Amino acid sequence: MGDHYGFSLTTFSPSGKLMQIEYALNAVKNGQPSVGLKASDGVVLATENPSSPLYEEQAKIEKISKHIGCVYSGMGPDARLLVKRARKIAITYEDMYGEEISTTQLVTRLAAVMQEYTQSGGVRPFGVSLLIAGWDVEPGKPLLFQCDPSGAYFAWKATALGKNDTNAKTFLEKRFSETLELDDGVHTSLLTLRECFDVGMTEDNVEVAVCNASGFHRLTKQQVKDHLGAL
Amino acid sequence: MSIMSYTGGTVLAMAGDDCVCIASDLRLGEQMNTVAVDQKKVHKMSDKVYVGLCGFHSDAKTVLDKIMFRKNLYELRENRSIKPKVLATIISNLAYQHRFGSFFTEPLVAGLDPVSHKPYICAMDTIGNICTPEDFVAIGTGAEYLLGVSESFWRKGMNSEELFEATAQSMLSALERDAASGWGAVVYTITKNNVNIRTIKARMD
Repeated sequence: MGDHYGFSLTTFSPSGKLMQIEYALNAVKNGQPSVGLKASDGVVLATENPSSPLYEEQAKIEKISKHIGCVYSGMGPDARLLVKRARKIAITYEDMYGEEISTTQLVTRLAAVMQEYTQSGGVRPFGVSLLIAGWDVEPGKPLLFQCDPSGAYFAWKATALGKNDTNAKTFLEKRFSETLELDDGVHTSLLTLRECFDVGMTEDNVEVAVCNASGFHRLTKQQVKDHLGAL
Repeated sequence: MSIMSYTGGTVLAMAGDDCVCIASDLRLGEQMNTVAVDQKKVHKMSDKVYVGLCGFHSDAKTVLDKIMFRKNLYELRENRSIKPKVLATIISNLAYQHRFGSFFTEPLVAGLDPVSHKPYICAMDTIGNICTPEDFVAIGTGAEYLLGVSESFWRKGMNSEELFEATAQSMLSALERDAASGWGAVVYTITKNNVNIRTIKARMD
């Protein structure tokens, strides 16, 4: 059969890689950039969401439960399916245990879904990586996770996905501090995002959300504009 | 005679100031016949969370196994000890999943929140409808006898000693009246520092 390891999802290549998963990660690398950052009193998610005068806007940052939300880099349709599943996981948990799902629990369960799509028949891996931001009411601390197509997940203090993510991460390494407060966090996230931008940042092509003790909130256009003005 | 009073038994829980008490009688019967005199109806779920199961003894044992299974799985998955309120929701869901062929047992949960040490007591019916009063709650064949007497013993803001006394006295009083419960009682006093277990004697016949 030659060297066509890339066609079968579940066949390892001789070097020990699953090529379809590598390709899925490439789909993420080509996607629009997103940044996630943990401040002392909350989490910030920011992403590029290009606009056009011709089409209606569609949000890229989505709320999952009261204190959890996520953003993606990669393929939009795949992300929407994952958001749908994540919401279902969160609500089922709440019905079962009578309290909101913890961010860690949601991430493990969602990662299990993504893993399933690397080992089942008739499916392909998701072409997205997710940044999941949460606030755990007990003991009251911010959390930031990255979830990959392979089902691997990582806890970050700050990270970036998508186009130019290496540049963005180098930038974050220089600018990030754990003592930042939420407003400064938004500022740093936007500065990081600017590293990946080819065009100018406006409130029409940037989307920002914050997550703190009061819950997960998307910033309004006016709020984004104010933050951009302060850059 | 109803299946709910076939084997007999009573459990009472009372909430105080940062403490809770949960008491159970020790009799196991088959209608009027006493079979065993050392059957506790209260079971430990974690350091400060206890559950009481009254009604048909066989079903109570099965339900206890099922509760332990779900609780252990939760604690392993979440890597933390269970809160009384979460345990109550789990049990309520378990009960309602058997809505049309229910277990003939009424569960009761009493404990302190492992983090905030807030007291929590609740009881539910055989299909899991939770009732969370802030003073006291009773289940089993002696529950009706307990209502009135507990009302007069319970005061707001009791400390653990006062709470033990109120629980024990209410229990003894109910055991005098209820023929299906008796042979003494065991009282667990749960405070944020320790759990005190005391066995009290009643009419031993």
